[in-house]
Amino acid sequence: MATTYSLISSVTVGSGGAASMEFTGIPATYTDLLVKVCGRSTASGSVYDDLGIYFNSSTANLSWRILYGTGAAASTTSGSTRYFAFVPGASATANTFSNVEYYIPNYAGSNNKSVSVDSVTENNATTVLLSIAAGLWSSSSAITTVTLNPANGNFVQYSTAYLYGISNA
Amino acid sequence: MASTYEKIATTTLSSAAASIDFTSISGSYTDLVIIGSIKTATLTNPACYVRFNGDTGSNYSVTNLYGNGTTAGSTRFSTQTFIRYNYVTDPNTTNFAPVIMNINNYSNATTYKTALTKFGLASIGLDNTVGLWRSTSAITQVTFTLESATNFATGCTFTLYGIKAA
Repeated sequence: MATTYSLISSVTVGSGGAASMEFTGIPATYTDLLVKVCGRSTASGSVYDDLGIYFNSSTANLSWRILYGTGAAASTTSGSTRYFAFVPGASATANTFSNVEYYIPNYAGSNNKSVSVDSVTENNATTVLLSIAAGLWSSSSAITTVTLNPANGNFVQYSTAYLYGISNA
Repeated sequence: MASTYEKIATTTLSSAAASIDFTSISGSYTDLVIIGSIKTATLTNPACYVRFNGDTGSNYSVTNLYGNGTTAGSTRFSTQTFIRYNYVTDPNTTNFAPVIMNINNYSNATTYKTALTKFGLASIGLDNTVGLWRSTSAITQVTFTLESATNFATGCTFTLYGIKAA
């Protein structure tokens, strides 16, 4: 039986941190992609930082709607940037990292690419973010590169990203 | 090594269809996952309905958490004849909406069944929904339909996966 759920590649940030984590040369042989991120940003003075994702080195034609809770209230907003998930920032409880999943169905097809996102940051104090988001990259191109970056800092050491291919063949 | 995550069935519509149906689902897995990529044929953002085993009785309830970029909220409905999902698709675009449904312990004959589902599209909104089917029967069939007899559009894809703990 063909393997359904396969690890394509992974990234672990080394000492000194990294401005981004990137997967290149993604083959079109799967049905869907799943990106799992456990990350933290160096963003100074911030409990959390926005986490960006973009495709094929293009930051254009991205849009999203998001639903999130802070522990005190639930809110929703929309935008047209690459930032629709979150990682802890430098002011978050030490050693806490995010748990983020991006699911991208039919990533190699010619339709626009929809993205389903779950994102959590926890903090042993006030201000946390628990969110779900619907993202969209309006492009007919197959996704061959996925890039992740914090908006206001770098990924700290030990941040990880895993790229899985899901096959329904 | 035994495979943990297996495709059971997949459907890609070659023409518009009123329903998407998985039947004769084996009880040999632990959990089910359904991944959909959907779009409607005519009506903007109709609700999507799900039933199990063809049960049209008032045996379902649903609670959802939703946001559309302007308003966030939560609603619930008891004694329903289906599980209802919002923010499904916008037929005026080429955008297909991701659907991710998790049904844990679907084949036991003791407990009622719950399904946790995400629907969402960047152009309209998203919701996270828990649905309950008050039946102790093993789930052997999952059927998706749309509000107001709308059709699913050509190109919609649904895949049913089984997850094995053993």
